[in-house]
Amino acid sequence: MRFTLHIWRQENARAKGHFEKYDLDNISADCSFLEMLDILNERLINDRIAHPVCFDNDCREGICGMCGLYINGRPHGNDDGITTCQLHMRKFKDGDDIWIEPWRAKAFPVIRDLVVDRSAFDKIIQAGGYISTTTGGVPDANTILVPKHKADMAMDAASCIGCGACVAACKNASAMLFVGAKVSHLALLPQGKVEAADRVKKMVAKMDELGFGSCTNTYACEAECPKLIKRQNISRLNRHWIGSLLGRDRR
Amino acid sequence: MAEKWTNYKASQKLVNPANKRKLDIIVVGTGLAGASAAASLGAMGFNVEIFCIQDSPRRAHSIAAQGGINAAKNYQNDGDSVERLFRDTVKGGDYRAREANVYRLAEVSGAIIDQCVAQGVPFARDYGGLLENRSFGGAQVSRTFYAKGQTGQQLLLGAYGALSREIARGTVKLYTRREMMDLVVVDGRARGIIVRNLVTGDLERYAAHAVVLATGGYGNLYYLSTNAMNSNGSAAWVCHRKGAAFANPCYVQIHPTCIPVHGDYQSKLTLMSESLRNDGRIWVPKKKEDAEAIRAGKLKATDIPEEDRDYYLERRYPAFGNLVPRDVASRAAKERCDAGYGVGTGYAVYLDFADVIQRLGKEAVEQKYGNLFQMYQKITDENPYETPMMIYPAIHYTMGGLWVDYELQTTIPGLFAAGEANFSDHGANRLGASALMQGLADGYFVLPYTLQNYLADQIYVGKISATSPEFDEAENNVKKRLERLLRISGQSTSHSVDHFHKALGKIMWEYCGMARNTESLTKAKQLVSELEEEFWKSVFIPGTANEFNPELEKACRLEDYFELAQLVIADALHREESCGGHFRTEHQTEDGETLRDDEHFMYVAAWEYQGHGQPETMEREPLNYEYIQIANRNYK
Repeated sequence: MRFTLHIWRQENARAKGHFEKYDLDNISADCSFLEMLDILNERLINDRIAHPVCFDNDCREGICGMCGLYINGRPHGNDDGITTCQLHMRKFKDGDDIWIEPWRAKAFPVIRDLVVDRSAFDKIIQAGGYISTTTGGVPDANTILVPKHKADMAMDAASCIGCGACVAACKNASAMLFVGAKVSHLALLPQGKVEAADRVKKMVAKMDELGFGSCTNTYACEAECPKLIKRQNISRLNRHWIGSLLGRDRR
Repeated sequence: MAEKWTNYKASQKLVNPANKRKLDIIVVGTGLAGASAAASLGAMGFNVEIFCIQDSPRRAHSIAAQGGINAAKNYQNDGDSVERLFRDTVKGGDYRAREANVYRLAEVSGAIIDQCVAQGVPFARDYGGLLENRSFGGAQVSRTFYAKGQTGQQLLLGAYGALSREIARGTVKLYTRREMMDLVVVDGRARGIIVRNLVTGDLERYAAHAVVLATGGYGNLYYLSTNAMNSNGSAAWVCHRKGAAFANPCYVQIHPTCIPVHGDYQSKLTLMSESLRNDGRIWVPKKKEDAEAIRAGKLKATDIPEEDRDYYLERRYPAFGNLVPRDVASRAAKERCDAGYGVGTGYAVYLDFADVIQRLGKEAVEQKYGNLFQMYQKITDENPYETPMMIYPAIHYTMGGLWVDYELQTTIPGLFAAGEANFSDHGANRLGASALMQGLADGYFVLPYTLQNYLADQIYVGKISATSPEFDEAENNVKKRLERLLRISGQSTSHSVDHFHKALGKIMWEYCGMARNTESLTKAKQLVSELEEEFWKSVFIPGTANEFNPELEKACRLEDYFELAQLVIADALHREESCGGHFRTEHQTEDGETLRDDEHFMYVAAWEYQGHGQPETMEREPLNYEYIQIANRNYK
């Protein structure tokens, strides 16, 4: 297959970025999107045309959350429920123009080319996205009973990989789906209930402080989430947050 | 021996709470072992600094573990016990693991599950709200806890949560996008590390009273593996260069159920969880002509009638069937494909779910394995609910690693190794769902005790300075090393780092992979040194050392892989027996099983670095089994 790539190049955080055009031929349909970029880089290196295109990637099986490209206007490209590394060239047509950009959000500054800094997500988790435990001194696992449907819902929310596609997809660069998923995962479990109100207050405050926008209620985040995290997690987040303001944690 | 760990804990030295704050610990790596160690040590009151190469600690490759984590809880009342898990693990490792370490692993396994549940890990539950289990290879009980096909992710997020809490409390300091470039040894003790800031390219120094290495395995030596692209063996290797012994490097695990190789441009192999072997049945056609027709595209898997299918694992190993350990299943697949019965490209076998779908219904199968089936479909464009999966073995895990004693301390005092980075618990073959168990056992329940024991008398040395001549020298050496690599790029002919890495991987897979012999290993040795020479002449690394430069990172790792490859080959050559993942074709039984030589090789081979290009010297640590009766590993 043959493609014309338009890739965002930006030397570092301070530099001004621009699109650069590359023609690429002889690409197998079974090739993954990142392998296609590997091939491009191999050519750039062999022909010493330009510095290879920098892009984050690691596990290449859709679980680490490291990769994330904005492809033809969609985070993780034109397929549902996958990450960029799981996208294959068979999803494109021969001769296609492909526009590749980094996540664009105030809270995710560009490091180089397509690589962005997502440490803001870590900071939100550090604000309270956990259950306070210390090692040892916990009860036997089966003394905490969790109804199966609750455990399943918690698991679905917990499958968030922290890639940032929800933020990239949102006009306001809101992190509500990311925060909602973590708040839901923990609040749905009996172990997480104790700190639920305090947790949601702190995480939301941190999210605002770091420059993420408000929810648009258009749910582009849900549509683009590679792990199909549901918007109900945002409603649950709102419910818990309002509850926490009303002092429910004190009851 | 059953009391050894209890006795250790009762007599170890302690550090009083006020003094813990004055002791600094460096942890390298944020996977299960690193994150759990840092979180536990931070909570105890030590001063911890933790480093990872990714943009967040949550990305470490533990996240990709799918199937589950073993623990001897006996929740299913099927006869499990600490004793049983211990014995299964030693047997699964083909009697090449250290008894006492494995016993401790089994002993703390139950506490790991308690800890994870308390952290909110959403393990699978039954309708009564109790925890569910499933079976994994090498066991006849159901002791594997799981969270869909994403167990590693959930366990890591649990540890990441605990770590994040400590970061917020200020006991742990986090450094991301940093790569460890050297270990600093002062007066014979590990006292710090030199790291490269991957964003700016700056070299940075960090000093501490002890260093914990939790940087995973070296499976990417083979280029194509189930490891993440950035997983590498370099942090362990620089410690080896500084004097830490490296044990059993030739024990490499090849996982039987991976999506087969499909093209030259391929960058990695994707694992299909071992849990699938609970319900999937592995087969190839009984008749060669059927296999040929399938390869030519004239027949489909579903065209082959039941009586013409060879469920070769069930045929050869009736007792364990499709749940034999990984090395056994991998070799059996290779044997069938080499004999001409392979499907797909010829190097693939079927993993069939038709039976279970008929028995339990599609929905139940989707509940259990949905995300794995989806993953398979996205990669191959085939629907595993309708046609069997195609799978083939691939490099997955390395049992070998830095040599550690019972306290997980390497041969350099003050340097500890945890998780896949050490060698200690899995012998010559790791059982499924035991990597997660070991990583968390080391981090939550072993290091917090043994590190404290080491640090008890370190309160007298005061703060470690990062301005000593040893730090200067280490940093200078790293600087020179980077310059040397970037200098090669002046030549006219040039290839990328990946070009050489792929070539190295091919040599290792071909001649030092699933089956090895003197001839193939001697050839590998020669080919690797030729390739290394070529690398130093014509690799092209664009850019400079003072910027974000992934090509330079890869070049450093590959430089280390050349040396590591030679050690893996040397170890494989010297071990004139077959055991677990190490299969020497000269040493096999009549029906193709591994043939151990307990009389001569019942030991751990610990190698010591002697300088670049020099053969390493070997120390033997005898394996004296006091408890376990050594037997033939029989899964029939």
